Parts: sequence; C-alpha cells; structure tokens
Amino acid sequence: MRKVGFNNKLLPYLLIAPQIAITAIFFYWPASQAVWQSFLIQDAFGTRTEFVWFENYEVLFKDPTYFNAFIVTVVFSTAVAALSLGIALLLAVQADKQIHGSGPYKTLLMWPYAVAPAVAGVLWLFLFQPSLGVLAKLLRSMGVDWNPLLNGNHAMILVIIAATWKQISYNFLFFLAGLQSIPKSLIEAAAIDGASPMRRFWTVIFPLLSPTAFFLLVVNVVYVFFDTFGIIDAVTHGGPAKATETLVFKVFQDGRLGGDLGGSAAQSVILMFMVIALTAIQFKYIERKVHY
Amino acid sequence: MVERRPFSNLLAHLILWAGIIVVVFPVYYTLIASTHNPRDIFNGEIGFLPGGVPTENYKAALFAGAKQVKTTPATVMMLNSLAMALMIAVGKIAISIISAYAVVYFNFFGRMFAFWTIFVTLMLPVEVRIYPTYKVVADLGLLNSYWGLSVPLIASATATLLFRQFFMTIPDELVEASKIDGAGPMRFFWDTVVPLSRTNMAALFVILFIYGWNQYLWPLLITTDATMDTIIVGIRRQIVTSDANTDWHIVMATAVLAMLPPVAVVVFMQRLFVKGLVETEK
Repeated sequence: MRKVGFNNKLLPYLLIAPQIAITAIFFYWPASQAVWQSFLIQDAFGTRTEFVWFENYEVLFKDPTYFNAFIVTVVFSTAVAALSLGIALLLAVQADKQIHGSGPYKTLLMWPYAVAPAVAGVLWLFLFQPSLGVLAKLLRSMGVDWNPLLNGNHAMILVIIAATWKQISYNFLFFLAGLQSIPKSLIEAAAIDGASPMRRFWTVIFPLLSPTAFFLLVVNVVYVFFDTFGIIDAVTHGGPAKATETLVFKVFQDGRLGGDLGGSAAQSVILMFMVIALTAIQFKYIERKVHY
Repeated sequence: MVERRPFSNLLAHLILWAGIIVVVFPVYYTLIASTHNPRDIFNGEIGFLPGGVPTENYKAALFAGAKQVKTTPATVMMLNSLAMALMIAVGKIAISIISAYAVVYFNFFGRMFAFWTIFVTLMLPVEVRIYPTYKVVADLGLLNSYWGLSVPLIASATATLLFRQFFMTIPDELVEASKIDGAGPMRFFWDTVVPLSRTNMAALFVILFIYGWNQYLWPLLITTDATMDTIIVGIRRQIVTSDANTDWHIVMATAVLAMLPPVAVVVFMQRLFVKGLVETEK
C-alpha cells in the first residue's frame, strides 16, 4: 500500500475478485482435497471410502517402488542440476570475456528455452533411437550395446541429456546477467595485485556470483522435479522397469484411470511439502544475499 | 578483459562454438530429418544434409497427421495450442494487473490477507495437485474445452507480484495530479497505469505465451477428444513404443512446427524475453 491511494469501498474487492476466485477454485480447493484424500482409502469400485489417518503414508514409506522413485528423482535432479549449471557457467564466463560483446552468442545459446520439454525429449529420443538414431549408431560402432528401451542406465542417461540440454540456456542467461553486473574495477584491482585469471575467478567473481548460483540451484531442482515430466513421458514412460520413474511421474501413474487415488494424493502432499520447503529455503537465502 | 591473452580468447571462442554446436545439433538434425522420405529415415540413412522431400512431410503433418497411429492434423493442434497459449497469457495479465492495482492503490479490509492468499500459490505448481484439480474441472464440465485448458493455469502469483513491484515505482505525484484533475481510480488505471505498464505487459506476454504453448501434463490429462490435442501432446501420441509403427517423418515435421512459434517469439522479441524472464523469477 502506498501513501497516496484511492478511497473506494467496493472497487478494490471487484478488482481482486477474479484472481481470488480462480485461486480458491483451482488452488486451495484442490490442494485441500489432496490433503483430505490422502487420509482416505477407497475400494476398487469407488463405492465405499474409509478414513484411515496416515495409512496411505505408511504404505507409501514401506513401498519399495516409492523408494525407487525417490532415488531416481535424486539421481536425476543432481545430475541435471550439476551438468546444466556447470556447462552454463563455463559458457557464460567465456561469453562475458568477449570484448566485442556477448550479443550474438547470447542469441545463439538462449533459444532452447522456448522448446517444450516434451519436444526436447522427442528430439533426443530420435537421435538415440536404437535402430535408426544417428548417435545410437555412433555408440554401436564404438562397441557400446546401446539400448535405452531395455537398459535402465541408458534410459536414465538419455533423459538426463535431454533435460540438461533444455536447461542450459536458462542458466546461461542468468549467469551472464550475474557476471555482467560485477563491477570491472574489482577484477582490475585483483589483476593489478597480480592475481591470475583462475585466481580472480575463484576469489572475486565466483563469490559475487553465488547468489545467482544459489537461486539457479533451487530453480533447477524445481524444474527437474516438475517440468521434466514431459521429457520422461515422451522418452521412456518411466521405464524400462521403472528405471526413470520420478516422483511426479509416479503420482501421475498411480492416480491414472481412478487407480490408487489415496496413495496418489499422499504422494502429492509430500511433493507439496517439498516445494514449500524449497521455496522457503530460497527466500531465506535471498534475504541474506548469499555473498561473503 | 584485463590483460591481453590471445590464446585464452581463442579458447573462449572455441568453447562457445562447441556449446552452440551442442545446442543447435538436435534441432538441426530434426530439421534435416523432416525433409527426408520415410524409408530413408527408417533405415537410418539420412546423413547430415537436407533430403529430397522439402515439403511433403510438412503437408502430411499439417493436413493429415500420422497414418499408422491415427492422429489429429497439425493445423488443428496448432490452433488449439495457440488458443490455449493466448488465453493463458492474456487472462493471466488481465487478472493480475487488476489485482495488483487493488493491492497497491487501495486500503481495504482484508488487503494483506488477499495478498498472502495469492502469494502462497507461488509454491504450488499444478503437478502437485493434479488429480483434485482435474476433478474440479470435470465437475464444472470443462473437460475437452479451451476454458478447461486455460483457466486453471491463469491464476498464479508471479504476474501479480511483478505488477505490484512495478506499481510501487510509479511516483505518487502522478496519482495526486490525476486526483486534482478529478480522475477516479478507473480513469487513473486506464490513462496512466496501463500505458506505463506496457513494456512489462509485453515482457510478461512473451514468457506466458511460451509457458502456455509448452504445457504438457495438464492438456494431456484433461483432453480425451483427439481434436482438442495441443501440438505438444499430439507429438507424444504419434510415437509408439513398438518403433516400426512410428511415422518418424511426420513426428519430425510436427516437432519443427511445434518449436517454431515459441522459438520465433524468443528470437524476434529477444529484449522483451530476457526482461520478462529475469523479472518474473525474482
């Protein structure tokens, strides 16, 4: 609220009503339904429901396939975040060095942001398709028995590549903006003191870049958790043998066709808490402005 | 940079070009593949140069769809995607600009409560409440409709926060001046706030258009009628697990068509895109 405003009684409510209505109907109501359903068990025909407290959660925590999905998600998100942040940082540092500006490089590197995750998945699937993909053939000629349709590790590598490829441009843009906001005088001062480019990077540039890096880390984890659903569904369907079944994909599979709604709801609730925790961590660190 | 290092600079260019090749290659190859005939693609004999059928696959994809698994023609799917993306972008901008205006320029009972109600949704992507939301949309009879595709996705905190932040930077003198001129709140909104917000709206539009066009899980779930498929979902339907049944030449052409609009938006509206991206993520 600002000091100078208007004094209407009804108007502000009318202005805010559409947003609140849509938020209530499509956010709060479904979210509370998810919490409620996670305490219920429904029989196979949907005729009888029983309130069971935390039984759905207990079942979930004992379920080896849920544990598997958790591990898959951890491996997948660690790999994608590490690779896409690392590659993007390397490229951004090189682009920032360019005396004649980073403009053209920026244009050439940023557009994959606009490619839908599912489409990114299809492009890589085609390249690595065992019988007709050009990269699959290359691998075979090198003696690798490449088959993501049968080999779980290969499938995982394939989705990691597709998810990383899609995310590099986003991280690159933010790293470049972060680098360009570092005052050149700081770097020059370090150079006059005799610091080598490597040393300047690690002692001056990298610490100043840490808020950007931290922000990106959280955004990337959220991206891998949710947005990569399209990649997984298009490329592997969570297979082979659940080797690429992430937490979000499992929520989708388990609740599909009115299957295990209670279990699916319990999984949704757990995911919700994970997102809230991630967001809270992010706010805490943004407040502290992570540099040293 | 600080010192002259021709070798290090050469290395920088090499690394950047390597990065560009990796980024461009999958799309280039898709483009190439989309101009080859189905037999060559199936045998994996397409090489790295354009093929002999520059338009045939596109014609088939646009007007007929895949054959072995029956799918919707891409023209229909692109129109669906366009409708969904536009409704999400315009709807989101419209409801957020007025709610931000209410929160910033009026003092009313429940103002902070309303603000937090909106703000908390920042943390809840549609994926975490997917089936209950599906049920709401089904109960409202909105399955297989443009409303069902777009309305549940138009409420979000990011756009409201962005407008709120921007409104805080509009000088108080402008409000006072227009009050002295006898303008009411809606007059001030249309004559001052909206014109000043034009760049922000455009930047947001670019981001939201891409967001809407690229939606996957939501349309996959709520459309069962194939004529309502968006193009992103449609590509997925063209791929069959038993590979012999996948019309890859159609898939490749459809993939190019699916990438074209959002990529064009990013490339041609680069400045707005970067602005929108950086500001919506704060």
